[in-house]
Amino acid sequence: MNFSQIFTSSIGKKIVMGVTGIFLVSFLMVHAGINACMFANDGGDLFNRAAHFMGSNWLIRTMEIILFAGLLAHIFQGLALTLDHKTHRPVKYAVNPGNETSKWYSRSMGLLGTLLLMFLIIHLYHFWTPSRLGGSFGVQPLAEKWVSSGEMVHDLYAEMQEEFSELWVVIVYVLAMGSLAYHLLHGFQSAFRTLGLSHKKYTPTIEKLGVAFSILVPALFAAMPVYIYLFHKN
Amino acid sequence: MEHQNLNLTLKVWRQKNASDAGHFETYPVSGISTEMSFLEMMDVLNEKLIAEKKEPIAFDHDCREGICGMCSMHINGRAHGPWKGTTTCQLHMRAFNDGDTITVEPWRASAFPVLKDLVVDRSSFDRIQRAGGYVSVNTGNAKDANNIPVAKENADLAFAAAACIGCGACVAACKNASAMLFVSAKVSQYALLPQGQPERTTRALNMVAQMDKEGFGSCTNTGACEAECPKEISVMNIARLNREFMNAGFMSNEG
Repeated sequence: MNFSQIFTSSIGKKIVMGVTGIFLVSFLMVHAGINACMFANDGGDLFNRAAHFMGSNWLIRTMEIILFAGLLAHIFQGLALTLDHKTHRPVKYAVNPGNETSKWYSRSMGLLGTLLLMFLIIHLYHFWTPSRLGGSFGVQPLAEKWVSSGEMVHDLYAEMQEEFSELWVVIVYVLAMGSLAYHLLHGFQSAFRTLGLSHKKYTPTIEKLGVAFSILVPALFAAMPVYIYLFHKN
Repeated sequence: MEHQNLNLTLKVWRQKNASDAGHFETYPVSGISTEMSFLEMMDVLNEKLIAEKKEPIAFDHDCREGICGMCSMHINGRAHGPWKGTTTCQLHMRAFNDGDTITVEPWRASAFPVLKDLVVDRSSFDRIQRAGGYVSVNTGNAKDANNIPVAKENADLAFAAAACIGCGACVAACKNASAMLFVSAKVSQYALLPQGQPERTTRALNMVAQMDKEGFGSCTNTGACEAECPKEISVMNIARLNREFMNAGFMSNEG
């Protein structure tokens, strides 16, 4: 097995999923942290300043490219693996064990991931496209606003108020965060095992951390559209 | 538990040969003692079929004491039936109730083709084993068994991994038909011992390469293999195999 074959072997493909998965977990922490500025209840001033920082700092813009690369690797490898997994049992069982031997969400990572991909397309269309491509390619530019730091920045908070004034958008976002929670509930601890990081000394901690992360982070994200819809919609 | 005689309905997979499409056949069986093993119940059914001049059901069995790994049957959706940590031969009929319908299927995996009825070809496991599941020993007189000191912890872990009987329940239970639990047990048992060090890197690389070549799927850590393993091999071994594979692939000069 030569060096490139390592990555195309069954374990190698899973290593790609594990590494990109943990990288995406780290992204979620940053994303949730920055977005939580919206709860400052200051008309979006802190949120808009944070969003401006994320959009103008060169290090973060570089990380954005790496993030897209990691995301694409995770999506394409995940879809390829999901399709491949279906080929190893051409004749199905007449009776299946259901949830007796494994958790339903551990068997449904392809489905949960596909739902997240659909959400991601909607989400990028709502926020990434106008803030990054606004003004070009015929995309409507975002409104601008003076913030307390004395700068004129994109008013992403107003964009959020506009999107989350629609009830169906709020419902889609909340349901997608349900998919994210279950995807993480399996993926978080699974990624560590795939990378060989399993030991009785620290695996129980990783598992507990994974459960806490899988509940808290999607709940925080889900609270955002609900909060806007209930208290700050247009 | 009090002795009881059971009347059951069996739905058994019948397939003439590897190229036949196969189908389920339903058989009523009566007067089955709760003290019989599942295979003894199959024997009773086969004797009845032979007396009726019908083709008996082909199934694999050898030791009938839970250590040969031959009795591969998927019973009511569970590898080796509903009991934890048992092979089919160690599954007793007291696990069922009078009037139950029991569905019996062969292992389903493209790497385990059905030869006839409930008999599958598990020689893919033998080829994986040949690819690296061995140690080199010097010729001459046998060395004293305790010549090389082994840490107690490692000896215990290696022994637990070596309990794998290669029955294929892990593959049968996995939604991806992955053989990772089997391969990880074989790799772990040697990686943990000093005697296994000379081939440590080539073993991990070659056994994984052979596993992929045989057409087993990859591991998505659902844990179904561990839940169904009659020898209760731990999925911690899969993490060890991943470590061994990465060490061999990224750190060694092999490949």
